[in-house]
Amino acid sequence: MKRVLILTGTVAAIAFGGAIAQDKQLTIVSWGGAYSKSQIEAYHKPYTEKTGVEILNEDKSANALAGIRAQVEAGNVTWDVVDMLQADAQRACDEGLVMEVPHDEWLKAAPDGTPASKDFIEGTLGPCFIPQILYATMFAYNTEAFPDGGPQTVVDVWDVEKFPGTRALQQIPQKNLEWALLADGVETDKVYEVLATEEGQDRAFAKLDEIKDNVIWWSEGAQPPQMLADKEAVIATAYNGRIFNAQVNEDQPFEIMWDHQMFETDGWVVPVDTGNLDTIKDYLAFATDTQRLADQAKYISYGPARKSSAPLVGMLEGTDIDMKPHMPTNPKNLETAIPFDVQFWADYGDALEERFNAWVAG
Amino acid sequence: MASSRKTSRAPILAADGTPLKQALHRSQRAERRRAFALVAPLLFFLLIVFVVPILAMIWRSVYNPEIRGYLPQTAAALQEWDGEDVPPEPVFQAMAADMIVGIENRTIGRAAARINREIPGARSTVMRTARKVDGWSAPYREKFLDADGDWANLELWHILKRESRLLTPTYYLLAVDYEYNSKGEIAPRPEIYQVYTGLFFRTAWMSILITLICVVLAYPISYMLATQPTRIANLLLILVLLPFWTSLLVRTSAWIVLLQQQGVINELLVAVGVIGDDGRLRMIYNRTGTIVAMTHILLPFMVLPLYSVMKTIPPSYLRAAKSLGAHPFRAWWRVYFPLTVPGLAAGCILVFILAIGYYITPALVGGDSGIFISNLIAQNMQGSSAQLKLAAALATILLVAVLIVYWVFNKLVGVDRLKFG
Repeated sequence: MKRVLILTGTVAAIAFGGAIAQDKQLTIVSWGGAYSKSQIEAYHKPYTEKTGVEILNEDKSANALAGIRAQVEAGNVTWDVVDMLQADAQRACDEGLVMEVPHDEWLKAAPDGTPASKDFIEGTLGPCFIPQILYATMFAYNTEAFPDGGPQTVVDVWDVEKFPGTRALQQIPQKNLEWALLADGVETDKVYEVLATEEGQDRAFAKLDEIKDNVIWWSEGAQPPQMLADKEAVIATAYNGRIFNAQVNEDQPFEIMWDHQMFETDGWVVPVDTGNLDTIKDYLAFATDTQRLADQAKYISYGPARKSSAPLVGMLEGTDIDMKPHMPTNPKNLETAIPFDVQFWADYGDALEERFNAWVAG
Repeated sequence: MASSRKTSRAPILAADGTPLKQALHRSQRAERRRAFALVAPLLFFLLIVFVVPILAMIWRSVYNPEIRGYLPQTAAALQEWDGEDVPPEPVFQAMAADMIVGIENRTIGRAAARINREIPGARSTVMRTARKVDGWSAPYREKFLDADGDWANLELWHILKRESRLLTPTYYLLAVDYEYNSKGEIAPRPEIYQVYTGLFFRTAWMSILITLICVVLAYPISYMLATQPTRIANLLLILVLLPFWTSLLVRTSAWIVLLQQQGVINELLVAVGVIGDDGRLRMIYNRTGTIVAMTHILLPFMVLPLYSVMKTIPPSYLRAAKSLGAHPFRAWWRVYFPLTVPGLAAGCILVFILAIGYYITPALVGGDSGIFISNLIAQNMQGSSAQLKLAAALATILLVAVLIVYWVFNKLVGVDRLKFG
C-alpha cells in the first residue's frame, strides 16, 4: 500500500511540475474554463498585484476529493487551496483530509462589521468550508424548438407529448431523482424525505423510466449548451453560468427555466499538511471579502455567497448587461428553488449512484 | 577438435589450466553485464510503470483496513460477540473509545464512509453519535441506543464484525453482482443494482462483433493492397494509415458530426427524402455509434498484419492451384486462406484485446446502451463517491479475462505463429 502511495505521490509530483510550495507561490485547484477565468480576474490577478505571490492554477476540481485523498495518504500535499462542492468538502472534512477553518478568525468581516460567520448565506458555511458562490442546476431549452412557448415547469419537462424532443440530463442520480419526484407530484419540502425511503426511490426511478427513451446523457458542464445548440437535445439540465455564457457570448436562443432550480454551494478548502499556511490565510481573507466575491459576478453569473456582496453586483464586464437578474440568488429565480441537500447525498449517494448506474446501463 | 573428442570425459582446459567452461563464463561476464545494463532501464521502467501498479491494483481490490484501522477496539471487542442480540456494554465502550480517538484524529469519517458503503445512511448515524460521544460517560449502551435507533440494527454490527478482516472479497462479489445478505450469506444483489455481469458480457460480445466486422472489411482491403501495383498499393496504404495517424479523439468527434441527428448523414437522408424530418435516425449515443466508431478506429490493426502476410504469398500459388483445376473459390479456400491465417489471427487478437478494454470512444458515442465495462471502471474512479476498490476489482477481472483469452488463443493458434506485420 505504502508503495502505491509513494508511487502515486511521485507521479503526482511530476505531473504538477514539481510545484513545491514556496512562500511566494500558491497552487490553486479549480474547475477550469469560464469559471477559473472569473476567479483569475476577480481574485488572482489583484492578489498577485498586491502581494507579488505567484498563483498556479490547476483544473482538477472535478476529481478534487480523490486527489486530496491520494495526496494526504501519500504525505505529499502539493495543493494549497482547492475549490470544491460543499458536499465533497463535508466528506473531506469528516475524513480529516482538509483543515478546519475558524471563519471569523481567518476571514474579513463585512464592510458594516458583520462577522464573516453571519455574513455568508445560511447553511453555506461548513466546518472546513469557505463558500464562494451559489450556482444553480436547472432546465434550459432551445426556443427555436418550441415556437409556441417552451416548458415552464418540471412537469412540462416530463410531458413528451406537448414538448416533444430529446432531453439531455446529467449522468448522475443527484438532482434528476429530485426532479423526477417533483414531476410526480411530491411537494418541494418533502422531496428528500420521500427519497430517503425505498418506495420513494422506486417512485423516482419509475418516473425517470417514463422519459428514458427520450434522454441522452451528459457528463461535462460544457456539453449541454453544445447539445442544445446542435439541437441534439431540445431541453437540457445545465449549470446556469454555462447557459448564460451561451446566451450572451454566443447569442444562442436559449431560455432558462428557473422552476425548481436546485442550487448548491461551491467554495474553498485547504488540504491538511500544506506548507505555507500564512500565505494561504492571507489569500483566503483577500479572495473571500465582500468586494472580491461581488467582483467575480462580473465575469460569470453565479451568485456571491456573502449577503453583503449582493448589492455590489454590477454589470457583466465590458457590457451593459445587469447581472442581478441572472443570479441564481435573485429572489425571482429563487421562488420555487430547492437547496441541494448535501447531507442527504453524503448518506445515500453510494447506494443511489450504484442503482442509477445499473438503471442507465440496463 | 579431433583430440578433444577423444578425451571427452575429462574437462576441456583453457590455456591457463582452468576448465574452458569456467574461463568462457568469466570472460563473457563483463559482456553480459553490459548487455543487462543496456536493457536495465527498460526493465526498470516496465517494473515501475507496469508490474508494480498492476500488483498494487490487485492488492487494493482486496485490502480492507478501514474498520480494523479506525475502529480497532470495537473490532477486537466484537470478536466475542455471538451475533444473536445487540452487542453488550463492552462493545459500546470500545466503540466510544474508538470514536473519541477518531474525532481527535478526524479519521472517524473514513470508518463511517466504509460502513455507509454497506448501509446507506450509516455515515450520518456514526458521525452524529461520534460528535456527541465525548460528553458521555459509562455505561454507553443505553446512550448509543437512545441517540440513534440504528445502533440497535443487528446488520450494522454484523457488518462491523465481518469487515474487520484485513482482506475482503466484498469488492469482487460486488463486481459480479453478488453481496452478503443480512444473514451474512453470499447472495445475488437485488436486480435494480445488477449491472456489472451484464456489462462484462456486453463488452465481450460487442468486442467480438467489432472484431468480426473488422475481418470482413479488412480482408478484401488487404488483399487489394497486396495485389495492386506498388504505386496504387502505396496510395491505398496511405488511405488506411492516415486515419491511423489521426488522433483518436478527432476521429471519434468526426463520427459524432457524421452520425448525430442533426449530422451530415441524417441531413443528407432528409434532403434526399429517404426519411422525414421527424424520422431522423438515431445512430449515435447508442450501441450503433460504438460499433461504427470502434470498427473504424480499430480497422488498421486488422489491415496491417493481414497485408504484411498477404504480401509474402506468391501469386503463383493461386495460379498453380487454378491451373491444376481448382475452382477459384476452392483455390482461395485451400491455398490462399490458410497462408493468411497467421496475419488474420494476429489481427483478431489485436483488435479484440484493444476493443475489450476500450474506454474513450464508448464514453463519447456509446450513450447508455453502448458503454463498456471500462466506462464503469472509470466511473468508479471519479467523482465524490469514487469506489477505487470496486474499480480495482473490476479491472482485475477484466485483466484476468484478457489473459484467459490470450491463453486459449495461444492453445488454438500458437502465439509464435502470429505475424504482426
